[in-house]
Amino acid sequence: MTDPVSPHEKAIIVLGCPEVPVQQALALYVTSGLRDRGADVLVTGNPSVLGLLKVSDPKSVYIQKTLVLETCIAEIVEKKRDCTLCIVFAHNDAAIAYAATLRHLLPGSRFIVVVFGKDPEPLAAEINFPCETLVEKAVHNPAQLKAKINKVLGWVVSRV
Amino acid sequence: MGCIESLKYEKILPLGASFKECREYVEKNYAEVWYVEPGYKLFDEYIIGLPPIALGIEEGTKITFPYTKPCHGTYLLRIEGQEEVERVRKTAKTKKQAGNIR
Repeated sequence: MTDPVSPHEKAIIVLGCPEVPVQQALALYVTSGLRDRGADVLVTGNPSVLGLLKVSDPKSVYIQKTLVLETCIAEIVEKKRDCTLCIVFAHNDAAIAYAATLRHLLPGSRFIVVVFGKDPEPLAAEINFPCETLVEKAVHNPAQLKAKINKVLGWVVSRV
Repeated sequence: MGCIESLKYEKILPLGASFKECREYVEKNYAEVWYVEPGYKLFDEYIIGLPPIALGIEEGTKITFPYTKPCHGTYLLRIEGQEEVERVRKTAKTKKQAGNIR
């Protein structure tokens, strides 16, 4: 499915535990791509994953807005925050639980779950809520997931 | 928002249990089971999970519920709280009793 991102998109990128390396690369890539297309992007996750991103991007070239996940969920529940696009990165059962929660709390948003890691298929099978899913066995190499993200977000990129 | 670690709790199932395992445990082992949606507030925490989320009540004062941490997964906690039990009974949507959901 190809559905280009609109310039006025308000996006939330939800990151899971940072132990799988591709997540870090893809988080920077997706956030950068969305911001280049005019979207307002918030990245949320636990303090560890946000700390890794901030060290990777010391001048905030790619990532500007971050928020601890528990606070982000509280603000969504309390109707202080919403979005038009939510992308959740999931490589464990906990991340699927967070995705289910956010899907429930953001019924009007376009919702994409990126399932990755060593064994993503059983995790993807747990998803019983309406969303777009990108599933790929990926730990260190983000290339295939990057291609799937480009496709689902309607991004045409050069082969440089 | 509070912190679950500041409350006195018992672990019923350890960290790393799947969300499905937690729900099945509650449904199998508690006579009084209530169901809530994700984002339901319990002990000042917003509950995370795949809906419907099963809460078990025992002895009229203790609630068993799933608690999820991003890096570690889900585990089942039991916390004593008379006021929260009463609030669950008033605000949770559905209840299973003796095998029937009403």
